[in-house]
Amino acid sequence: MKPSTAETVFGFIGRKTNRILKDINDVSRLINNTFYWSFISPLKGRAIRLRATITEMVKVGYNAIPIVSVIALFIGIILALQAAYQLKRVGAIIYVANLVGVSLTRELAPILTAIIVAGRSGSAFAAEIGSMKSAEEVDALVSMGINPIRFLVVPKLIAMMIMLPALTLFADFIGILGGFLLSITELEIHPYSYFQQTIRALGIKDIITGLIKALAFGVVITIVGAYQGFKVTGGAEEVGRRTTASVVTSIFLVIVIDLFFTTLFYFFA
Amino acid sequence: MENAIEVKNLVTHYGDVQVLKKISFAMPRGKTTVILGGSGSGKSTLLKHLIGLLKPTSGKIEINGRDIAGMSEQEFNEVRKRIGVLFQGAALLNSMTLADNVSLPMREHTKLEESTMQIMVRMKLELVGLSGFENYYPSQLSGGMKKRAGIARAMAMDPEFLFFDEPSAGLDPITAAGIDELILKLRQAFKMTFIVVTHELPSVFTIADHVIMLDFGEVIFSGTIDELKASDNDRIRMFLERKAEKEVYSPEDYFRIIAGEE
Ligand SMILES: Nc1ncnc2c1ncn2[C@@H]1O[C@H](COP(=O)(O)OP(=O)(O)OP(=O)(O)O)[C@@H](O)[C@H]1O
Ligand SMILES: [Mg+2]
Repeated sequence: MKPSTAETVFGFIGRKTNRILKDINDVSRLINNTFYWSFISPLKGRAIRLRATITEMVKVGYNAIPIVSVIALFIGIILALQAAYQLKRVGAIIYVANLVGVSLTRELAPILTAIIVAGRSGSAFAAEIGSMKSAEEVDALVSMGINPIRFLVVPKLIAMMIMLPALTLFADFIGILGGFLLSITELEIHPYSYFQQTIRALGIKDIITGLIKALAFGVVITIVGAYQGFKVTGGAEEVGRRTTASVVTSIFLVIVIDLFFTTLFYFFA
Repeated sequence: MENAIEVKNLVTHYGDVQVLKKISFAMPRGKTTVILGGSGSGKSTLLKHLIGLLKPTSGKIEINGRDIAGMSEQEFNEVRKRIGVLFQGAALLNSMTLADNVSLPMREHTKLEESTMQIMVRMKLELVGLSGFENYYPSQLSGGMKKRAGIARAMAMDPEFLFFDEPSAGLDPITAAGIDELILKLRQAFKMTFIVVTHELPSVFTIADHVIMLDFGEVIFSGTIDELKASDNDRIRMFLERKAEKEVYSPEDYFRIIAGEE
């Protein structure tokens, strides 16, 4: 007997719901374990892998400096140009410094850095863990009594939580430098008054909120990359698919979290 | 004869599909037990349960008389230190040199001095015929060498049990025979219990003391190698004589399928 349309529809919804529930369960287990092995177990005397963490910091942070610099510089210039286009008409061109400074530190530097790092390192996490999963390397770790989350994810998480804010701070600086360079040449603002104006416009709060965002983005990018990696059960083709998925998902979640934090800061700051 | 591992009424599933159907058998201590069976018969699944990577639906797996199925992860980690595993593709960590791969279990579980560890690593690599390759990365090795390195890593903690998943699969006959020789040599030199999953008959006849044969998730034979040779069970004879299963389709059927007729 063929199932009725209603049966098919409900069956479909049921299976989908089950899958989603299982995914949620898997993700929360991963988050739980990752935080346990990162922050609780070191207190119990089980130190994190320092050498691996430093290697990851170099890969995540140091190696991203060139691309982050170039993009931050260009974004600073673009921002200054766009701001000048509006402010020129009302004769308030000096406020270019405010716009560049505030929008970079509060918004653009964290999010651009996060997107670059998601593309560079989030995808690399997924690919690395995924190919280890498909080559039974993860099983081998477990069979040696080595927790794969402690071994693989924790150094990446610590590296991300340090390096993403650091890169963001760096992008703040380079971006403002870009705006500054354009303003003192093309817009003919006096260097010292631009500098003064930036100092006056920027509060420490603006920089801190940006860095808090960056920290959250770092956690999200790591968890998403690791989650997609551990989900691999098949071969190379699936590793590729999961890598792509990790980038798309982490960029999406970065934007969602950004919206959340920006709303929070808007109402409570 | 004392048994190192006893499996009792083991049932396992992947999702809703039952793979192992209430199997029971024992593996003698200090001997080489070979788990034999056709493709898809459940050998790898059984091995993954024996080393605790998968949890059974029901039944008991007793290692040294203690049921591992009911153990917590922490308790089982203690058992794991006495188990070495060679995975089908060797599963060496690609980002590390051979020396680091072999010393990894020691680094994680012991507080040995760096220099002591280096000596141990050199000894283990020597044992499997890979001395001088300490600073090679897995990607710089051939398949047979990777397997040897995998064996060295499995033996790093001087385990009581060594598990091998298809040690000679994907190797040429000469290299495969070399791995069999190595297993024999280790078996003579150390008082370990070896459990080898394979479907290579020459291998079985070289290394096995005890044989367990799986067929469609059931144990159809458990006994010594001589008993296996003497068996008159049809499935076993087919396996030993490399007879194909009866074709489901005749050539005419194939033609009809290709031509798209119903
Ligand atoms: N991860 C999995 N998910 C679902 N089914 C699986 C999974 N792994 C194996 N199976 C199924 O379980 C059965 C036994 O598989 P297993 O890998 O244990 O066979 P095997 O005896 O090791 O075969 P081979 O000699 O080809 O390696 C097969 O029918 C297989 O399709
Ligand atoms: Mg198999």
